[in-house]
Amino acid sequence: MFDRRLVQYFDWGLLGTVFLLGSLGLVVLYSAVRAGPFSPHEILFSKQLIWFGAGLMVMVASFLFNYKRLDQWTYLIYGVCIVLLICVLLFGKQFGGSRRWLTIGWISIQPSEFVKIAVIICLARHYSGLINSKGLTLRQLFIPLILTAIPFVLILKQPDLGTAMLIVLIVGSMTIFAKIERRSFIYILISGAVFTPLVWFLLKGYQKQRLLTFFNPDQDPLGTGYHIIQSKIAIGSGMIFGKGFFKGTQNALSFLPEQHTDFIFSVLAEEWGFVGSVIIFLVFLMLIVCSLNIAYGCRDPFGTMISVGITIMISWQVFINIGMVMGLMPIVGVTLPFISYGGSSIITMMASIGILMNIAMRRFMFE
Amino acid sequence: MRYNDGNCIIVDDFFLALVWDLLKGNVLNSYLETVDNNWFKQRLAKVMLCILSAFVVVTIRLVGLQIIGGAEFRKLSENNSIRLQMIAPSRGSISDRKGKLLVDNRPSFDLSIILKHAEPVEHVVKQLSQYLSLPETDLLSKIKSHKGISPFKPVPLKEDIGRDLLGLIEVHKFDLQGIVVNVKARRQYMYKYGAAHLIGYLGEINLDELKSQKYQDIRSRDLVGKFGVEKKYDHHLRGKRGGRQVEVDVNGQVVRILKQIDAEPGHNIYLTIDHELQIKTESLLANVVGSVVAMDPRTGKILALASSPSFDQNAFGNGLSQEIWHSLVSNPFRPMENKAIQGQYPPASTYKIVTAIAGIEEGIIDTKAKLYCPGFYKFGDRVFRDWKETGHGWVNVETALTESCDVFFYQVGEKLGVDRLAKYAKAFGLGSLSGLNLDREAKGLVPTAAWKKRRTGIKWQRGETLSVAIGQGYNLVTPLQMGVLISMVANGGTRYQPSILKAIESVDGKIIAQHEPKILGRLSIRKHTLSIIRKALWKVVNTKQGTAWIARLKDIDISGKTGTAQVFSRKKTEKQHKEKDIPTRLKSHAWFVAYAPSDQPKIAIAVLVEHGEYGSSTASPIAREMIKTYLLKKESGEPSKAQLSKNEKVTLTRDRTGAEEICSTDGWYNILIGGC
Repeated sequence: MFDRRLVQYFDWGLLGTVFLLGSLGLVVLYSAVRAGPFSPHEILFSKQLIWFGAGLMVMVASFLFNYKRLDQWTYLIYGVCIVLLICVLLFGKQFGGSRRWLTIGWISIQPSEFVKIAVIICLARHYSGLINSKGLTLRQLFIPLILTAIPFVLILKQPDLGTAMLIVLIVGSMTIFAKIERRSFIYILISGAVFTPLVWFLLKGYQKQRLLTFFNPDQDPLGTGYHIIQSKIAIGSGMIFGKGFFKGTQNALSFLPEQHTDFIFSVLAEEWGFVGSVIIFLVFLMLIVCSLNIAYGCRDPFGTMISVGITIMISWQVFINIGMVMGLMPIVGVTLPFISYGGSSIITMMASIGILMNIAMRRFMFE
Repeated sequence: MRYNDGNCIIVDDFFLALVWDLLKGNVLNSYLETVDNNWFKQRLAKVMLCILSAFVVVTIRLVGLQIIGGAEFRKLSENNSIRLQMIAPSRGSISDRKGKLLVDNRPSFDLSIILKHAEPVEHVVKQLSQYLSLPETDLLSKIKSHKGISPFKPVPLKEDIGRDLLGLIEVHKFDLQGIVVNVKARRQYMYKYGAAHLIGYLGEINLDELKSQKYQDIRSRDLVGKFGVEKKYDHHLRGKRGGRQVEVDVNGQVVRILKQIDAEPGHNIYLTIDHELQIKTESLLANVVGSVVAMDPRTGKILALASSPSFDQNAFGNGLSQEIWHSLVSNPFRPMENKAIQGQYPPASTYKIVTAIAGIEEGIIDTKAKLYCPGFYKFGDRVFRDWKETGHGWVNVETALTESCDVFFYQVGEKLGVDRLAKYAKAFGLGSLSGLNLDREAKGLVPTAAWKKRRTGIKWQRGETLSVAIGQGYNLVTPLQMGVLISMVANGGTRYQPSILKAIESVDGKIIAQHEPKILGRLSIRKHTLSIIRKALWKVVNTKQGTAWIARLKDIDISGKTGTAQVFSRKKTEKQHKEKDIPTRLKSHAWFVAYAPSDQPKIAIAVLVEHGEYGSSTASPIAREMIKTYLLKKESGEPSKAQLSKNEKVTLTRDRTGAEEICSTDGWYNILIGGC
């Protein structure tokens, strides 16, 4: 029973924005991996193209079925993600002191990326039945707490403090969106104020050190502190119009760490300057407006909550990533959606977009 | 408000509505008629507002960096002015128990070129080749081999240039733009060949090590301990890398230091070995293949541990040449093997100590009962020979040990059975790791009936027990295990974990770790049994009938037991007269285990000489000389010749701050640039 309205309601604007963002991202990535006298990451560009191809398929797959069926699959999706996270801890590939990847054949995946969507769907399902104008009570927040705590702890164990905190931010924002009852909110604030020093007291010396470095990179002038300085030099030296494509010296001479993943915005800002950076900002803003608009048009709380969750995830990642390379936020391994290199990141983002399209297409199908 | 079908219009509508409401100041007003939807719309508007303000913050920051600070950052980026320089930590020293320095560091000056600053490169290289008297083509080819490297990264030209060349380069500094001298601390082993197997050596870290958790702070091309103490205590010796952020000018000269983290020097290690005894031991082993372990029976501390032939540790670490490595590996006497812990040999007659104890404890023999030894023992249709063809006559257990009568122990073994014997052997720590935990220590082998069945599928033959009882057959032990065994006899039956570490000390003198004697087990046998054994072992050295009469000392009572481990069983006919014609590789291994002074032992020794023929003649004099050195502390003439040629020590003030200090006095820094 194919409905003509499915096509009619298809969100071409969102699709266009994603294509625009993806193409801009590939251009920047090309420079990040190809500029410079020696390019050990050259192959990553072709790999990223393949990932985008796969991402498109995932996107299509994500809007073919009716998103309301996600309601029944919620815990299956969540369960699979948790199992993957456990697998990472058991058989994961160790790299640079942490265990984040699972290698299957020649593909490496990072399950902590997929978990974000699983958590968003879980919460959307949970909150959609509870939402009321008075707000959620503490008791209603218990299940979301458990749903978050499990992946949080597993990801923290890898250890990947950045992604773990990102999940907390997404959940927190979604919960606040769903509204917490005033009294419960005050309780949460008070208990937070009490427990934070307690936890700090329980931490071991090196863990405290790690957290301090996390929030204050100046404490680590040979590692992150140095990276931030180089990144700031890269961004700042772009000035208004940038140094030009392939001309970024900070990029080409590998003064930037991870210039193809976490620090890709520095490459963009160095080569395309203020103008290029603002254009990227605007495209991201367009994407966010599109997805909020889908939430706006959807008349089903479940769909609205999912699209809000996805919007929140994309926005947080954009701000954290750009904020950290500009020295506004701690350096964490959060990628810039659609721009940073990374298969799992691309797949996750494309799946999210697919779900958004799914919700947009079926907004007439409310009861 | 109604909705059109086209999506763009919706976007515009939503956006316009929001902006309109913002202008009107009533964002919280509802748009749609249904209450539920209204509620969502309100909150969505708030979300949009938060996101918009975040974009504003980020844009303001961008303006600050790119427009306000842009010119300044552009300038910094042009020279890549902010760089990271690593400060290598200085590796801890290794000393003996009395604080005698065995391993230290010396500065080595490595020459490299930074292409970006050496313009024109050809000119600089030409100048340099004149000063260094190195062919220009060599230098140029080195530069070529690093093609593609960032022009800000140093290309190594020559390692370890002497002080003279360093002086020359300093004088002509202004002719040599872009030439950098890095000071690196290089490991120096004070005594060539000295305790080489125990101390070990350094080598470049390999891929597997890099991946493992153990070496987190280490980067590729760094040197880490590969063998011996250098490997075992690498994490203590290593120290922690430091570094600094600096701003450099166009010529790469440091203008100012932005931030600095000092390197933490590694800890110093004090070994339990006695340098004097170690040197003596090595000189005694100089012309034979074998190994020696000397321990303090009261604590398990190792006083000397030597394996012969040895190797030159200073040749490692700076890229060992293929030739030397090949000659070391292909040497039939296996210089790279630490025979004291990795070599496995049949214990031979030294094992009779175990058989005797087992026999008495299990009631097979009593202390007075005598057995007759005609020089052979018939078991079924086989004849087991004694080493003394004419036989020992009537012997009790004491005489049997003193004279090392085989026939006596054949009979004891036959009655004991292999499994009961194994129980006692295991109580002495045979067949298991000693706990020293150094370089792939061998476990040895204590045969049991079950072991043989499992291993070969064939049932244990009772006749095999006879060979086992005199330490032949399947038995395998390491010299270290025999050292532990004789220590236990010496100290009354306590099995201490052998240890080489006396203390680990930080550079400022704080003790990080210290040796505590650790008891692994105790022999549960009667005191009387042990006293019989000890009396017999005393007789071995101090009576004419004893097999080690040759090892006696005038001032000190030594107790011991000899052993002659057959490598190849000889036929009866081709015996004594053919002795000289037997090729070395078929000659027996010589054992001697001993302790002294007999009544209150302070040192226990196990000596093994490969193909040394007789324990009494080759192995026991080594123990005697060691005991003399250790207990009499007499200056025994020249320390020794070729083996111990001391390297002249380059004087180097070891500063607490480590490498950094060494560097800055010369005005050079170990530079490592760029994104890591």
